[in-house]
Amino acid sequence: MKLDSMYQEIILDHYRNPHHRGLREPFDAEVHHVNPTCGDEVTLRVKIVDDTVADVSYEGEGCSISQASASVMTDLVIGKSIGDAMALEREFLALMQSRGTVEPDEDVLEDAIAFAGVSKYPARVKCALLSWMAWKDATAQVVDSPAAGGGAAPEGSVPEQEKQA
Amino acid sequence: MTDLAGVPELDVELVRKDFPILDRMVHGDKPLVYLDSAATSQKPRAVLDAEREYYELHNANVHRGIHVLAEEATALYEAARDKVAAFVGAPDRHEVVFTKNSSEALNLVAYAFSNAAAHGPEAERFRLGPGDQVVVTEMEHHSNLVPWQMLCQRTGATLRWLGLTDDGRLDLSNLDEVVNERTKVVSMVHQSNILGTVNPVAAVAARAREVGALVVVDGSQSVPHLPVDVTALGVDFFAFTGHKMCGPTGIGVLWGRRELLEVMPPFLGGGEMIELVTMEASTYAPPPHRFEAGTPMISQAVGLGAAVDYLTGLAGGAGMAAVAAHEHALTEHALRRLAEVPGLRIIGPTDAVDRGGAISFLLAGKDGRAIHPHDVGQVLDEQGIAVRVGHHCARPVCLRYGVPATTRASFHLYTTTGEIDALVEGLAAVRRFFGA
Ligand SMILES: Cc1ncc(COP(=O)(O)O)c(C=O)c1O
Repeated sequence: MKLDSMYQEIILDHYRNPHHRGLREPFDAEVHHVNPTCGDEVTLRVKIVDDTVADVSYEGEGCSISQASASVMTDLVIGKSIGDAMALEREFLALMQSRGTVEPDEDVLEDAIAFAGVSKYPARVKCALLSWMAWKDATAQVVDSPAAGGGAAPEGSVPEQEKQA
Repeated sequence: MTDLAGVPELDVELVRKDFPILDRMVHGDKPLVYLDSAATSQKPRAVLDAEREYYELHNANVHRGIHVLAEEATALYEAARDKVAAFVGAPDRHEVVFTKNSSEALNLVAYAFSNAAAHGPEAERFRLGPGDQVVVTEMEHHSNLVPWQMLCQRTGATLRWLGLTDDGRLDLSNLDEVVNERTKVVSMVHQSNILGTVNPVAAVAARAREVGALVVVDGSQSVPHLPVDVTALGVDFFAFTGHKMCGPTGIGVLWGRRELLEVMPPFLGGGEMIELVTMEASTYAPPPHRFEAGTPMISQAVGLGAAVDYLTGLAGGAGMAAVAAHEHALTEHALRRLAEVPGLRIIGPTDAVDRGGAISFLLAGKDGRAIHPHDVGQVLDEQGIAVRVGHHCARPVCLRYGVPATTRASFHLYTTTGEIDALVEGLAAVRRFFGA
C-alpha cells in the first residue's frame, strides 16, 4: 500500500512512544506554534548551555506525523552544538521540500530519513516541519537575546513556512 | 424546519450523471467518494456549459457598451440576478448584490458599520461606537466572526456571543440578556459548517427586532441544501456563496433589504458604483451597483444563474425541497451508520432534527487512543474517500468542545447511501491501520 511510504514503522513507533515529551524546567525560551489549516499545535521549550542544545521539551496536539517528527527532532538536536543542530534543521527542511526527489543521508538524519515519504504529500509536509520550526524559533530567541533569560512568542505565532504556504 | 413530507424523490443516479467529476477514479482504480461538499460542491455540466457558452458567444464587459455583445453580456449578468433573487425569495432584484463569495458579502456589511461615521445622516442605523454591542454565535465560520472582531476593534464596540449546548445546538437560554438594548447588529450562521446544526434564525431575529438591532445571516451552508426564503426569515441581510451551491468559485451574494442598502455606505469605490464624478467628489449609484465596483464576475454570475436553474428544476420542479429531503434521509442514514463505528464520537447533534448533512466526528483506535483527524483523512483518501479534517474555519467550536480538530463528512444532492457505507468501511480500515 502506498500509505506505507508515509507511515513508516519508525514514524509509527515514535508516534506511539514519543521521546522527550512533556514540558521541563529549566528553559531559556518557550514558543507556541500552530498549523492553522489542521489545528496541530506545539508548545516547545529549549535550554541552551554554552553553545549546546542542552534540552528540548514539548507538549502538543497533532497527527502521527507531527508527533513523531517532534520526537525524532529532539533525539537529533539534544546534545548538539547550536550550529550543528541548525545545519540538521536545514537538511531536514531540504528533504521535506524535495517532493520525494532527495535521497536522505542516514548518517546525518538518522530516524528522520523516515520522513522522506511524507515529502510526497504536500499537505503533510507542514505537519513534519511544525516542531522543527518551533525549535528553530525558540533557539533563535535565546541566541538573539543578550540576556538569555527566555521569553515566549506571542500566542499563536506562526512559523515562517506557514506564512508562505 | 421545512416540511418535507410528500416531496418528490430525487433520483440520485440520474443526478450523478450531471456531474462529470463523479466518474473520476483516484489513486489508480478507486472510484471517487466525494464527502467534502461543505468545503465546495461539485458542478453540474449545465453550469460548466453556461460559462463556456458565455465566453464563446457573448463575452463583453457589462453596463459599458452599446454593441451587441455588451448588451447580451449585460442581459445575462442581470438575468442571473433575477434568478438568484427568485431563488431565495428576495422581493426585489435590486436587493441582490454580487460579491466574490460569502466572506466578502459579510465584510461588506461589517465595513458599512465602520464607514457610517463618514457618511450622511441617513446611515444612522449603521453607526457604531463604544457602548454598542455586536452579537454573533460561538459556531460561526471565521468568515462571520473575524470581520465583526475587526469592526469592534475599529469602532470600540463590544463583541458578544451566544454559546453552544453540549449537544451542538445554540444556547438560547440567555438570548434576552445577550441581545439587548445596546445590541446594534446580530450576525449568525444559518446552518453550521462544522456541527451541521440548523439554527432557529427566525427566533433570534424576532428578539433582535424587539431591540432594534439589524440581523445578518450567513447562509453559506443553508442556501445550497435547504429551501430558503429571506423574507420569511425576517432578517435584514443574508450572505451566501456560489461555489457551495453547484455554481462556480468567485461569485457570492449579499441580499439586503432595499431600504437598508439604499442608506448603506459603499465598501469599494471605483467604476460602476458611481452616479456623478468630479475631481472633488462623487455621488453613488443606487443598489445593487453601488456595491459592485469595477468589472464584476460576469461569467461566474452567469454560471451561478445556471446553477440556480439546475437546482430549481430538479425532481420535476420540486427543486430545493427535493434536495433537502434527500439530504435529510442521507443524514439519518449516516448518523445511524456512524453510531455503529466503535470509538467514534460525533461533535454536533446526533439526531437529524434541524440538522444538515455535515457531520464532524472524532475517532479512537482499539487502544482507546484518539486517531488524529489528519491521519483519519489520509487513510480515507487512500481509499478514494475525500473528507475534510481540521478545525473547518471554526476554531472556537473546537475549543468549546475541547478537541483539536475533527474529521468531517459532508453531503450534497449527488451523495448516495452507498458512499456513506463506504465511509463506514473506510473508518474500519483506519482503525485497523492504527490498531497495532
Ligand atoms: C458557514 C460558512 N460561512 C462562510 C463560509 C465562507 O465562504 P467563502 O469561503 O465562499 O467566502 C463558509 C465556507 O467556507 C461556510 O461554510
